[in-house]
Amino acid sequence: MSLRVDNLKVWYRTLRGEVRALDGVSFTVADGELVGLAGESGCGKSTLGKSLIRLDGRMRHVDGTVELDGKELPIGDSERMNAFRFKEVSIIPQYAMSAMNPTRRIGRLVAELLESRGVRPDGVRDELLRRLELVGLAPEVLDRYPIELSGGMKQRMVMVISTLLNPSLLIADEVTSALDVSTQKAVAETLVSFRDRHYVKSTLFITHDLSLVYQIADSIIVMYAGRLAERAPTDTLVTTPRHPYTRMLLSALPEVGVRYGDRRLTGIPGSPPSLLDPPAGCRFRDRCPLAFDKCVEQPPFVEVAPDHQVACWKAF
Amino acid sequence: MLTLEGVSKTYRVGTFGGRELVAVRDVDLQVAPGEVIALIGESGSGKSTIGRMVLRLTGVSGGRITFDGVDITGFKGKGLRDYYAKVQGVFQDPFSSYNPIFKAERALELLRQTYFAGLDGRRWRDKVEASLDAVRLDPGQVLGKYPHQLSGGQLQRLLVARALLLDIRLLVADEIISMLDASTRIDVLNLLGDLKARGLGILFITHDLSLGNYISDRAVILRQGEVVEEGPVERVFGQPQHPYTRSLLASVPQLHRRWDRTGRDREPAGEGGG
Repeated sequence: MSLRVDNLKVWYRTLRGEVRALDGVSFTVADGELVGLAGESGCGKSTLGKSLIRLDGRMRHVDGTVELDGKELPIGDSERMNAFRFKEVSIIPQYAMSAMNPTRRIGRLVAELLESRGVRPDGVRDELLRRLELVGLAPEVLDRYPIELSGGMKQRMVMVISTLLNPSLLIADEVTSALDVSTQKAVAETLVSFRDRHYVKSTLFITHDLSLVYQIADSIIVMYAGRLAERAPTDTLVTTPRHPYTRMLLSALPEVGVRYGDRRLTGIPGSPPSLLDPPAGCRFRDRCPLAFDKCVEQPPFVEVAPDHQVACWKAF
Repeated sequence: MLTLEGVSKTYRVGTFGGRELVAVRDVDLQVAPGEVIALIGESGSGKSTIGRMVLRLTGVSGGRITFDGVDITGFKGKGLRDYYAKVQGVFQDPFSSYNPIFKAERALELLRQTYFAGLDGRRWRDKVEASLDAVRLDPGQVLGKYPHQLSGGQLQRLLVARALLLDIRLLVADEIISMLDASTRIDVLNLLGDLKARGLGILFITHDLSLGNYISDRAVILRQGEVVEEGPVERVFGQPQHPYTRSLLASVPQLHRRWDRTGRDREPAGEGGG
């Protein structure tokens, strides 16, 4: 088991109180597994990704543990986390366009980054060139400034840098949302090939786009309002979802071939609850057509079939 | 209603403006009442430039854009004001379409000064409520609020409501749902479908092919400023003729249909050794 997250709670400090962005999340990621983490804006998916590598100043580790390859990650202690960052846990940030220092040539930027982690750049230079070739970048990009690269090239460069030290866990946070469809496909497939080539052991692919994550993930986790709603192998989640939220979300997706005149899709009425002072019980219940008395109690996230977990009273 | 004939747009680029960049080249296009035209392309295809030219936000370098047979490039003063009473645009980022220091309804109030100065308060309020009703917004939930207190979907619908106050005939919708969540973007799409049924013509600009086909009658595929394929949506999506359209369609992530992977099958997780 490469990653084990147990009852993780990370809240944001605000002037009006604490926002429970991540409120008791438990899951595991197996060796070699590519897990898609899907959800809408504000559901806590990016907070979860950030929590595993770096809490920013507003975030507070309230409860829960994270274990990577059997060792506990000290996520609340930024100093001690430094030993893990880049080497054990790495991230491809959402805005790869602006992730590289604009005042450095890329080669120098990479060398400085490696030195800051106590790694001699010469030792990984051959591997760096091999990986640049794999993603279709010429070695000359190392002599260029980030501004000289196109968006897709920058994205691929950042992917190579992030995974250069073969981290155990790679977090890819909305890495394709700023890209054109053809570039998006190339980037997503590169992530799969990094996994297949064992550059990374396991990957957490965070996205709002279920049809994209369906293309590459082994299993999908759906989040809602700071908690996990459902987790299942990719095909199971897409063909036989059990949580009402997952079902409604899937049926709201327009697909090529579905026309307004023939079949009218519907959205999900209402909006997610405020996480500043969230209601007790199931957080989806105000928008859920199946809600009943029991939903005022929080449903446990339990296995309803092998590898298929759901947090819904109606799913049992 | 709206007709583009051989429309081009060139920008001067380079330090001294010595080079020319052709953003749009020789595009023909028509939008009839009650018709939705999807203008589909990747970044740099010129799709937004076309929308901006139709909205007179940028000039035309070549060709003609006419609305009901009248060339729109000559409009000034009152003529332009009358044009905007019939043609309006809504853009991608609802958050930057509002001034954050004013309440969201100011977007509507500004229209009142220009177009409805003679209307008394009561009739204005009725008109606002009718247009909010048309976009399925609850007046009590949006009026009196600041932009940051509203969701992206609410703000975007408020912008459509603003356009509807004017009894417009053509809406230029430039990526209006790209920034919305999946559960709310379909509502905005359905809203456009309802408006189309009421006779509104829509130029639906998008990079997302799966959104382009849901409400549209015809699709126009753009690549580097040129139209590569054009036709009824069923045909363009069902039997794409141009290789570029085919490759675009093959790249769109779809549920229940996986990308063709060349030369490699997917390995199940955990296999293949360490």
